[in-house]
Amino acid sequence: MTIRPASDRSLHVVFGDRISAESYATVTRLTHGLTGAREVLNLHPAYTSVLIDFDPRRYTHERIEALVHACLETPAPPEPEPRHIEIGVEFGGDCGPDLADVAQHTGLSSDAVIERFTAAVYEVYFVGFSTCFPYLGGLPPELATPRLSGPRKHVPEGSVAIGGQQAGVYPLASPGGWRLIGRTRLRLFDPQSVPPPLLRMGDRVRFLPESPR
Amino acid sequence: MSVIRVVSPGLQTTVQDLGRFGWAHFGISASGAADAFALRAGNLLVGNAENAAAIEMTLMGAAFEFESDTVIALTGSDFAAGIPLWAPIEMKAGQTLRCGPSQSGARCYLCVRGGLAVPKVMGSASTHVITSVGGRPLRTGDLIPIGNESIRRPRSAPKTVPPLNDGALRVTDGPQAGNFGDDLYRGPYTVSEESNRMGLRLRGQAIASAAGQMLTEGAPLGALQVPPDGQPIILFVEHQTTGGYPKPANVISADFRRLGQLRPRDQVTFERVTIEQALRLLQQQEQWLYGL
Repeated sequence: MTIRPASDRSLHVVFGDRISAESYATVTRLTHGLTGAREVLNLHPAYTSVLIDFDPRRYTHERIEALVHACLETPAPPEPEPRHIEIGVEFGGDCGPDLADVAQHTGLSSDAVIERFTAAVYEVYFVGFSTCFPYLGGLPPELATPRLSGPRKHVPEGSVAIGGQQAGVYPLASPGGWRLIGRTRLRLFDPQSVPPPLLRMGDRVRFLPESPR
Repeated sequence: MSVIRVVSPGLQTTVQDLGRFGWAHFGISASGAADAFALRAGNLLVGNAENAAAIEMTLMGAAFEFESDTVIALTGSDFAAGIPLWAPIEMKAGQTLRCGPSQSGARCYLCVRGGLAVPKVMGSASTHVITSVGGRPLRTGDLIPIGNESIRRPRSAPKTVPPLNDGALRVTDGPQAGNFGDDLYRGPYTVSEESNRMGLRLRGQAIASAAGQMLTEGAPLGALQVPPDGQPIILFVEHQTTGGYPKPANVISADFRRLGQLRPRDQVTFERVTIEQALRLLQQQEQWLYGL
């Protein structure tokens, strides 16, 4: 574990430079442990790290670091039961313009890509990027496909995508460089609901094929 | 309840407070005033708590009609409104305040005694423009209710206002500083037209970094991230909560005020300071606010 300031108002806690079940378990433990702590303004969990924002007028990096150690030294509380969420997806065609590329890259037929993609159960590792983008672990390794060489200017809301060894869903229309294989009509982001994102860290996700409307 | 009517909305006029905290792990950054120093000062001048909701105007100001007698303060940049800045001012019922194009920096704040009584979303009244969390930019005809949340009498106008730092933007080392040389500090960089509350895009000499993939990680306010084209982006109040581009440096808290006032085509250079220096500079800035 390395702990160092990322700025004059944040502390970066890193558990190694490789994605592993162990480092991710520490990320979730620290995130849950520090949620609601009065010294903490914001938590940014990722694959192997947690960034902690605080008010530098009230607290020091040393104080936050002590908080991190205290949190990791207390016995881990039992993990909350994950929520299970099913997402209907229309694959291919205009909804998934890169499905054929993924099939070609993986040497599978488009149908086989869909079959394997929908057979897997995904875990929301964390939520981030521009807004509420769920980073999903659990993509079958044979479906891994490199990102586009340059990002698209416009990825439609609800696009289901593969980026390297990860999967994700674009909650809002935005630029993006992942391979689009389908689209969901389920609204992942609703600014009127609190909190707005449907998918949250720790959720389990399954994709179900839907026929075109 | 008394209201303010939007007579003309300006370029991008939003309701802001000091931001929405505790939601970054849901992928939502804090938002809040781009020049929080100016918003806090304006609120203190009219006798509000410093976090009261107020109005942020960008580059081209708005016009507002006041339904009843109201004490206001304009802070931040000079938007040619014809009234003194950084001072509590009485507006009469029926009077219209017309702000124009900026004569100095990017943003001007209208703080109103009692605050703005707009609904809070996830604990904050601030507008996150890109996602519409907390609302949308103001339009002609919008009616904004004034609250009754003042906590003391309006203050007297301060004799002087601390000037904006117009020298180099001061930065501390970012998490990947070791992968970068001194390119960033050779400057200058020009603020691009594509800049917004999410990020300030800079154009200048490309910044080289040692090759190497990094894992997506948390990204703090004020981080300089460098995409493969070498043109840095300063993450601003509506920034992404995580990112995969390396970050050689981070603007210090005391210079966030300057970030909020940067306009397209402004030029900036960078200067490295230590965390200790950064905190001292922040403390100096706070001293002035405590004196209001």
